[in-house]
This record gives sequence, C-alpha cells and structure tokens, in this order.
Amino acid sequence: MSIVFKKTTGLTDKPFSYCPGCTHGIIHRLVAEVLEELNILDRTITIASVGCSVFAYDYFNTDALQAPHGRAPAVATGVKRMHPEKIVFTYQGDGDLASIGAAEIIHAANRNENITVIFVNNAIYGMTGGQMAPTTLPNQVTTTTPLGREIITGAPIKMSEMIATMDHIAYVERCMAADGPSIMKTKRAIRKAFECQINQEGFSMVEVLSSCNIGWKMSPVDSLTYIKNTMTQTFPLGVFKERKHETNH
Amino acid sequence: MSQVEFLKGNEAIAKAAMLYGIDAFFGYPITPQNELIETMSHVMPANHRVFVQAESEVAAINMIYGAAGAGGRVMTSSSSVGIALKQEGISYCAGAELPCVIVSVSRSGPGLGGILPAQSDYHQSVYGGGNGDYRVIVLAPASVQEAVNDVGKAIQLAEKYRNPAMVLLDGAIAQMMASVVLPTQPLPRVDTTSWAATGDFKTRGTRNVINSLYLDPAKLYAHNQHLQAKYREIARNEALLVDHHPDHHDGAIIAYGTSAKIAIGAAQRLKEEHGIKVKCIQLRTLWPFPKQALREAIKDMPFALVAEMSMGQLFQDVLAFTRSDTVIGYVGKAGGEIITSDDIVNGYLQQMGGEQIEHSV
Amino acid sequence: MPKGKVTFNEVNCKGCELCVHACPKKILRLDGQRVNANGYKVAVIFNPDECIACGLCAMFCPDTVITVERIQP
Repeated sequence: MSIVFKKTTGLTDKPFSYCPGCTHGIIHRLVAEVLEELNILDRTITIASVGCSVFAYDYFNTDALQAPHGRAPAVATGVKRMHPEKIVFTYQGDGDLASIGAAEIIHAANRNENITVIFVNNAIYGMTGGQMAPTTLPNQVTTTTPLGREIITGAPIKMSEMIATMDHIAYVERCMAADGPSIMKTKRAIRKAFECQINQEGFSMVEVLSSCNIGWKMSPVDSLTYIKNTMTQTFPLGVFKERKHETNH
Repeated sequence: MSQVEFLKGNEAIAKAAMLYGIDAFFGYPITPQNELIETMSHVMPANHRVFVQAESEVAAINMIYGAAGAGGRVMTSSSSVGIALKQEGISYCAGAELPCVIVSVSRSGPGLGGILPAQSDYHQSVYGGGNGDYRVIVLAPASVQEAVNDVGKAIQLAEKYRNPAMVLLDGAIAQMMASVVLPTQPLPRVDTTSWAATGDFKTRGTRNVINSLYLDPAKLYAHNQHLQAKYREIARNEALLVDHHPDHHDGAIIAYGTSAKIAIGAAQRLKEEHGIKVKCIQLRTLWPFPKQALREAIKDMPFALVAEMSMGQLFQDVLAFTRSDTVIGYVGKAGGEIITSDDIVNGYLQQMGGEQIEHSV
Repeated sequence: MPKGKVTFNEVNCKGCELCVHACPKKILRLDGQRVNANGYKVAVIFNPDECIACGLCAMFCPDTVITVERIQP
C-alpha cells in the first residue's frame, strides 16, 4: 500500500474553527503542504491576521505572531527586517487586507518587502457575521447591504491588479479554490510565491477566491459554483505580476 | 572612557539608542521629534541595524510589535497625535508582553493642537488610550542628559519585565542643545529564546507564538492576573523621585520634566527672596507613580504645590495618591505656554495660606 | 484501475459534503444514522471496492479528515 494523500506535517493537530465547507481549510492545507515540501517549516514565521483566520497561529506548524486588524504586513515587515534569512508570510482575509489594512499592504508591497502574502478573498466579512467587504460584488446581499450592494457603497476593489502596478515587486497571482484543477493551480501559485521569497526576489502575493457559504447563505457545494461562475466575472484569475528571477535584496 | 558630544536632544536620544544596542527603529515624521528619526536614518544603517520610515504611526508600532515579537531590541518615537495612533499597538505589545521603547516628544493639544512644549499627554502616557488593563512604564527626563540615560533605562526595564516602556519629554528638551555623555557600549542582552517567534521551532522543540487573544474568559482573567502581578512588582521596584532639596522642609513643589527644571529654580528663589525653604520634588517615573516616596517626602508639610504644563492632570494624581493632610495646590499652563519661575513662585505664595484656586475638573 | 482505501478521521468531520461532491465514482455519502461528538453527520464510503485512489475527496476536504491509500497493484 502507498499513501496517496495524508495530512501534512505543516498543520498542527488543532481542528479548524472554520464553518463546515469553508475553503479556508483547503487554502491552509495548500500553504502548509508547500511549507513542508519546500522544507522551510523550521524557518518560517506565520503572521495571523484578524477575521475568520485569526487562529491561523494555532494551525500552521511554525512560529507565529497574531497581528492587529489589517496590520499583518507591518508586523511581517518588523519580523522580516529582524530575520531576513527566515521565511515570513501573512495570511489575511479581504476585510483585513483590502479595507482596514489597505495602507499596510500597499506600502509593504511598495517597499518590496521580501514576504509572501496569502490573500483569501471571499467578498464578505465572515467572522463578524456577513457584512459588506470592500470586495463585495455588485448587488451581492450582505447583512449591511440587505438590498444588494449599490455603487454608492463603492465597487469591488481589485487588490491584485492594484498591487501589480508596482513594477519592482516579484509576483502576484489570483487563483480560486473551487475545483480539482483550480486547487492544484492555487498550490502551484503558493509554491511559486514562497520560492520568490526564498530566492530573495521580493514581495509576492497570491489572492485566492474563497467561499463563505454561511455568509453567502448557500450550500458548500453551491458556493464552489458561485466562486467559479460569479466571482471570477468580477475577479478574473491570472498572473498579474511576475518579475523574472532577479534578486532584489 | 566616556563619549561627550554637543547635540540636540532628539539627536542625542537617537545616537544613544543606537549605542545602547537597539536592533531596529521604526518611525514616522512628526514635529517636534523629526531630528530623532532623521538621525536614526543614517546612524542605524551605518551600524548595520534596521531603520524603516513607516507609512504611518500605526504601521510603525506594528513593525515594533513584529520585530519585538521576533526577539529584537526595538524603538519607535513620535509625538502626541502620533502616540494617539500608536495606542492600539501599544496595547497589543503590553498584552503579548513584548519589550519595546517608545519615545514620546509631546506637543500641545487637544487635536492637532500646536507644536510647542506641553505636558498635556500625562494621561495619554500614564493611562494610555489602548484597550484593556495594561500598563506602560513611563520615564520622565528633565534634561537632554536625563533623556539619554532614560533611553538606556527604558531598554533595561522593558526587557527585564517584558513590557513597553516610554520616555516622555517635550520639545523644550528634544530641541535643546546640550553637552551629553553618550553610552560607550551596548546594554547586556536578555535571553528571549523561550518566547520570541524567531522561526526555529524544530530546533527549539516548541512553537513560540506571540498573541494576546484568549477567547476563554478563565484564561484571559488568569492572563490579566499575571499582568497585574507583574505591574505590582514593577511598582514596588521601579518608582522613583528625586528630592532636589533634602534639607528644605517648609513645603514642596512637585513636578516632572521641563516643569521640574523650572521648579528647581523657583524653589531656590522662594528661599532667597522669601525665606521659605521649599523642596523641589522631581518625579522621575510617572508610572509607576512614586506614591510612597512622595507621601513620605511631604508628610509633615502644611502645603505642597503641583507645577505642570497641563490643566491639572498631574495635580489630580498627586491628590489621589498622597491622601495626606498636606494642602495640595496647583499651578499650570498648557497649549504651548511654558510655565515660568514667576508662575511657580507667585502660585506658591498665593496658595500656601490655603487660598483655593480654580483648577481643572 | 488502481484500487484505493479511504479512511476518515471522523471526529473532525463537519459533514460539509464537499468530498461527496468531489468523488468521481460517487461512492461517498453522509451517514444518516449517527453524528460525531461535535454533532455533525459524518462522511462515509459506502462502496469501498469502487475506490480508485484518485485523492480528490481529500483534496476538497477543508478539515483534512481524509487519508487515501493505494492498494497494490
């Protein structure tokens, strides 16, 4: 008998606090598998943010810091500048990264901090009960847009495209965790992003379109279809930035 | 062999911090501490240390949280409105028990206020604006030399107790040029391997996690009790005042920072011009407040005057903490008006007979 | 066709059915008769002989509940 699939050592034994069917769990696993496969678990420092993934420090089998809401890229900057030889990544949701932490992510990218950002975009504030996020889709119903999101509340903000305008950074890709091929593609993107950091190429970010079936009021399976058919209309997948193999630090 | 230089307060603090062995400085420009971050921008990289000009005070304090959490000896500096923005991060640092030094060169307020010296950030420094039952060690220098010494002391206290420590001064000290003795060697290191998130968990055997989140109320209460026990220990060990006139017993002037410097001269004038032997008591730590020592120092006196460049913030604490039969008077200014020797002498003479004046509510 | 063996660490299963949805052989379902300690219906394999060890169920499982082995040859 040979093992086809077993739980990675990149995750601790702590059960996830996520709702049934939430794709945070899949994305956690992909990140942890990459850390294990690249053999960097013992030199990685995880920066957890605020939101559903606030307990990420309990799940990744690494040293970790829990950052204030939106500040993960600033905390990561402090850690990485102290330990440039270590691998530092933030794991942030869309409320954390695109709203309250918009300044921190933009400036960490602009300084080309040699860190990796895993940006999980589910177009909603999950932890607090499903309020509108800056990424919420037009006409999407949330608990603070009960009639659907109108333009007066703003349009869905496209962080990957915005950050990719910075010429000097290493890597930005948007993926999704919605079906077999897209999950495998997401893992390749995460691996690529960490390789950029290992090779000292500078700032890398992988945005992953993710589900919030509870906040969206859908079944977990329907949520995957929603990511694939609806979210990607607003948030197209693709590599937005790839600076080829130049050491920046 | 000591190193003496003629420096502006801000420059002296920056150079001293580097010489004491600060690993990383994260700051953001704000008057009147700009020369501090400017000096850091060249002395830190020149000595192979980290300097980052952050995008905001909020980012700077979170870089501090990250670098301190990763075991670094770290410092940031700012002023009034900037310190207000840092409060969230200071609370996080206190909650996660991270050693860090915050230099606060206060200006006048409220709001954008003005850039001239004031002590209206006493409450902001001592009581803080962050959430939760936390404490920040607050040292109050009255001269450039004291500021330099206090940076070293703040590093040591922060590391000894794993707690944020603040050096609170104002533009009068930060912008003043003086001959100062700078440190000649870095301060000894404390061992951080048991808690710092340095990314070596396999060699260490356990994961180090920097965190202030405890959703279980029993655990959070226990964490709070642990913090309070630490704060009581700091209060027992580190509260400090200086009695500038040990042989004067007629009364006292209680002050800190720039006001204390002026009060020393006022006490001298009260003796020479009016024959009253008044001692100047300079508070060197604002938290922990030197309650016991202050109570002792004024216990048989009919009158003591609080002199401050704020509207009764210190006065109220002196009233609350001394609880003696000594009548406590108040003289103060704010808004960038610097208290004068005349203000203090006249205030003392006016109130020593028991005349009440209006003070803050 | 390779043969597979699927095991569930069912104490952590939340009954989300993503594995049921992912399985190309449609041989997984929620057990309607019982719940785990957290009160969730748990995923089970009802026709283990048809498992082809593709691993898709495990790839979709958000709670890393599933281990997949290939039975030689």
